Amino acid sequence: MPETLRQILIAVVVLLVALNGAAVLIWVERRLLGLWQDRYGPNRVGPFGLLQSVADMIKIFFKEDWIPPFADRAVFVLAPTVVFATVLMALAVVPFTETVSVVNLDVGVLFFLAMASLGVYSVVLAGWYSNNKYALLGALRGAAQMLSYEVFMGLSLAGVVLLAGSFNLHTIVESQRHLWNVVPQVLGFLVFMVAGVAETHRLPFDLPESESELVAGYHSEYSGMKFGMFFVGEYVGIIVTSAFIATFFFGGWLGPWLPPIVWFLLKTGVFVVFFVLLRASMPRPRYDQLMGYAWKLLLPLSLLNLLVTGAVVLWRAS
Amino acid sequence: MLSLFRTIWEVLKHSVRKRETVQYPEEKPDLPPRWRGRIVLTRDPDGLERCVACHLCAVACPVDCISLQATEDEHGRRYPEFFRINFSRCIFCGYCEEACPTYAIQLIPDFEMAEYDRQSMVYEKEHLTISGEGKRPGYNFYRVAGLAIGGKDKGEAENEDPPADPGSLLPGGRRWE
Repeated sequence: MPETLRQILIAVVVLLVALNGAAVLIWVERRLLGLWQDRYGPNRVGPFGLLQSVADMIKIFFKEDWIPPFADRAVFVLAPTVVFATVLMALAVVPFTETVSVVNLDVGVLFFLAMASLGVYSVVLAGWYSNNKYALLGALRGAAQMLSYEVFMGLSLAGVVLLAGSFNLHTIVESQRHLWNVVPQVLGFLVFMVAGVAETHRLPFDLPESESELVAGYHSEYSGMKFGMFFVGEYVGIIVTSAFIATFFFGGWLGPWLPPIVWFLLKTGVFVVFFVLLRASMPRPRYDQLMGYAWKLLLPLSLLNLLVTGAVVLWRAS
Repeated sequence: MLSLFRTIWEVLKHSVRKRETVQYPEEKPDLPPRWRGRIVLTRDPDGLERCVACHLCAVACPVDCISLQATEDEHGRRYPEFFRINFSRCIFCGYCEEACPTYAIQLIPDFEMAEYDRQSMVYEKEHLTISGEGKRPGYNFYRVAGLAIGGKDKGEAENEDPPADPGSLLPGGRRWE
């Protein structure tokens, strides 16, 4: 019984930390963008503007929660919850420390990949059932983009799995005790990084949303807290992707002197900041360029990486 | 491909750059003296109104936000009976200041004119008139103009010759003294 209680407690704490982390991340992103654009960003509400997200949340709760009459009501309401649920589910398998994770699945990697792909449904359903041409265009782009990047997101992780000999995330972290995966799997890391940005459809790969051409893409018709769900889902997605980059390639909780959880949060934080830096510096590619990168550059690279890693693993075993 | 990394690096360098933002309510911007802000009506060195109600400002105004009514006092001095500027229309172009022949109407470096009530944006003469001379100290229209008003006859203004005598045979119509 205490074991079950402990798991429930961990799940609740992770949920709270992730959701509040997303709120803080919105503030962090705006402040960092401000810093890199030689301005301040939100600095009025509370100390250093920390309560800006709270103010925005209160505001968004009071917004009219409008469902367009031409939209399909049931699916329209359901779509934002999908992205929200899937990213939170992906968070469940993250190994925070050696002993702390919501579930310790033997197929952790596959579970993460499955949850990442299910997120596509949110974009497609939201865009399709909004019955709006901009939303549909955004959804089309989102579906194509996320499906093609899904392919080599899995392939880039195959090298990591080969080295660890397991799909279990704890074993993968343990296998990096002497050498972080980023050294032998540097190609895999770069490909996973790009795929991770595309999976969370963040800039520079925010083509499903691309507010400068498609109004707001797949969530054009959303307002109020339903839009808030997409928004929070996106930010939790950043945290989750950063956490997985740290887990797969940078040794997760492993590190000297500091307690494991601090190392984990530190590594995750670095990648969260990097995500924001990418947004601050990168222009959005054209759509055919985006698909070109995926199929002509990143897919061959990840296949090559898998081939070489497999060969080395076999050679070492013989 | 390398240019991408260079771009990221260039953006990262801004982390240590000075920020451009002026933190407005705490930190006021430094406005030059000829900045075109709130409109005022100035007075001459004697403390009397400079405005002679010629309507040139109202004519020059492209958005028709100035409205006034001319009248005369017992000395024959023209002045506006009322002078009204609707600042909810004013675009602060400064044409009124350029048109003014007596330097009465002037734009000053003040922009903090926000109001909760639209009606409060309409300024009457008592709100517009200031006690000083503004950007043109020492200028007094009636002391340099040839117009005769009570207490100052023709030829008594600064740098003004006495009126010519049409019956005189002397050059310039001067009188025999």
